[in-house]
Amino acid sequence: MSAAPGKHGAAVPDETQLIGSGLKKRTETALSDEFLRNAVAFTTDKLRGGRLNAMSEFGNWEQWRERGRAIREHTIRHLDYYLAEFSDNVAKAGGNVYFCRTAEDAVKTFLDIAERRKAKLVAKGKSMVSEEIHLNRHLEERGIQAIETDLGEYILQLAKETPSHLIIPAIHKNKRQIADLFAQEAGEPFPPETQALAAYAKRKLRNYFLEADIGLTGCNFGVAETGSITLVSNEGNARMVSTIPKVHVVVMGMERLVPTLDDLEVMLNLLPRSATGQKLTTYVSLITGPKREGDWDGPEELHVIILDNGRSAQLGDPVFQEVLHCIRCAACLNVCPVYRHVGGHTYGSVYSGPIGAVLTPLLQQDMKEAGQLAYASSLCGACYEACPVKIPLHDMLVHLRHRKVRMGLTPAAERAAFKLYRTAFGNVKLYRFAAKAAYYLQKPLLRKGAIRSAPGPMSGWTRSRFFPMKPKRSFRERWAELQRQLERERTREQTEAGGETR
Amino acid sequence: MKVSLMITCLADQFFPEVGESVVRLLHRYGCEVDFPESQTCCGQPAFNSGYQDEAREVARRMIAAFERSDYVVSPSGSCAGMIRHYYPYLFQGEPEWREKAVKLAEKTYEFSQFLVRVLGVKNAGAAFPDKVTYHPSCHAMRLLGVREEPLELLRTVEGLDYADLPRKEDCCGFGGTFAVKMADMSEAMVCDKAQCVVETGAGVLVGTDMGCLMNIGGRLQKEGRSIRVMHLAQLLDEGVRNRERSTR
Repeated sequence: MSAAPGKHGAAVPDETQLIGSGLKKRTETALSDEFLRNAVAFTTDKLRGGRLNAMSEFGNWEQWRERGRAIREHTIRHLDYYLAEFSDNVAKAGGNVYFCRTAEDAVKTFLDIAERRKAKLVAKGKSMVSEEIHLNRHLEERGIQAIETDLGEYILQLAKETPSHLIIPAIHKNKRQIADLFAQEAGEPFPPETQALAAYAKRKLRNYFLEADIGLTGCNFGVAETGSITLVSNEGNARMVSTIPKVHVVVMGMERLVPTLDDLEVMLNLLPRSATGQKLTTYVSLITGPKREGDWDGPEELHVIILDNGRSAQLGDPVFQEVLHCIRCAACLNVCPVYRHVGGHTYGSVYSGPIGAVLTPLLQQDMKEAGQLAYASSLCGACYEACPVKIPLHDMLVHLRHRKVRMGLTPAAERAAFKLYRTAFGNVKLYRFAAKAAYYLQKPLLRKGAIRSAPGPMSGWTRSRFFPMKPKRSFRERWAELQRQLERERTREQTEAGGETR
Repeated sequence: MKVSLMITCLADQFFPEVGESVVRLLHRYGCEVDFPESQTCCGQPAFNSGYQDEAREVARRMIAAFERSDYVVSPSGSCAGMIRHYYPYLFQGEPEWREKAVKLAEKTYEFSQFLVRVLGVKNAGAAFPDKVTYHPSCHAMRLLGVREEPLELLRTVEGLDYADLPRKEDCCGFGGTFAVKMADMSEAMVCDKAQCVVETGAGVLVGTDMGCLMNIGGRLQKEGRSIRVMHLAQLLDEGVRNRERSTR
């Protein structure tokens, strides 16, 4: 994967940068990229508006949301049962199921299938799990060509970048940048117009659908009672890659199940509305088994790779099990004010935004580096409010921070500061003393009634804002006088009222 | 009605006039206000940074301070939200304290919520002839569900020209320690928010939480803007006096 910044300095994750320690640098890079910020703001605004319209038009949103939450909770609580049912039913329909504990297992499983079929070309539908296991890189190493057929993913493949959004992978690119990429690829100039760009990609990709040895897709929902793979898409490419090549391989997270088709209906109402504000996506495919006798099309083989990769470690956790409820709609990204400004690459991992900040440290089981993502939030709660299955992401971020504290992974100065805080704020006399001290300590910093620049950690504040002056007398020191004032007023009012007839 | 003021450490030390306005208004609407002096901080800075043990010890102080109160009213939805949502969680391992925590949680209100929902104030009885925009604070909105209350009150203020803030529900970037720890992100957010405030053309920005207002106000000052930044209680308090003056 490219370590170089993209055009206009886009914050492409550099795998040599650690997730946590690189966070500051990536934040700076993203914030200085006006193209990225404008592109992300433009599209997330559109998606947010769409979601709100779709919700209000649909009605009873809170009830739908609660229903969705309940389905996800039930499924994850009984995940072992539904995984068994799902895999039995995939097998009954003629498909093969592989449970993979790690990313390496999943890659190896895929490579084994590819080798057996002597595959040279893999046409890919959009799949975040394939990004999670870095499948493209492994295929490339084996000399197998992988082609992304989702338009956004195709753009990123040309740019040698990774997705910066769960459902709009190239959200950080504007039309002009995309036209430049296509021009480079085609060797002729392109107008920055959506239709022309889409038409080019369509022409280009059509051959790959026809020539691919393997079609790869993700899975939005696996239906346990039927063993069906549900694909939700707008471009139709998922349908092409799952129908034309002789082999269809599905890669999916182990949590991505619903028990029944009735449950699927609820999810299919929640997902597109939350994701893009659509009532329904252009295509919803339910794939049950490979091609059967008498079928006109479809693959000869269907393989379903079910990935754990840190997910099962969340099962049974009183706080974090709920993260497995996520249906990857990206509504939390679209409403997140942090994501809006820094984009997805700043998170330094496949999953970005609030869900990424929670999911990444948990899946990687790395509180030290990836755990830093827990601080990439002001805890405003917009993510929770937007989540169609009510995952309390803002609370989880706090719990992750708590876990970091418990593991002794926070800076010594911070630990000392909060010890001091406990002492000073746990005792009103000390509190009053500390407040007095603060009043005198601020004096050298004051200029015209405010702190305009400060040293140390406070400089993070004063760099972009003034800090108010602490007045000499606190509220508690004014309380007695205020009471006397109010008493006088009351007496006056009573005298005045006494003179009037009520 | 007896009401205890939970001033919040921030308003106590930096914005005492906000507390004074809250008290004057509560008094005006017929409440008997007291101020338990052993209160300090709600513990949120520690809790949100992951220091739950530290937060718990500070929370004990608050629980004890308000044990005998009927109602607890705070000019901050964030601090009230801390008590309402996280105190019961913090003491889940200590049944006796948990019970006290739940009791406190049940009687704690954000200022505008208390005025509208408990006191049933229909008209603020205020006049404030200026163009005003309003930033809803995240925790009041999302932890306490306070959305309409401040607007209901503002609507009754004579002469007030209300200007809707673009993308008003976006966080201002304060987030307590976030503003210092993730200064770059916070800066981007507060600049964006200040820009939105300026775009409204309002002469006054009003809010219900001094954390957010200190953040946005600090940015506006840095930009050299002459926009007044006020807590809702300050605006209403001043508005009440405006009106009294004009009717006298």
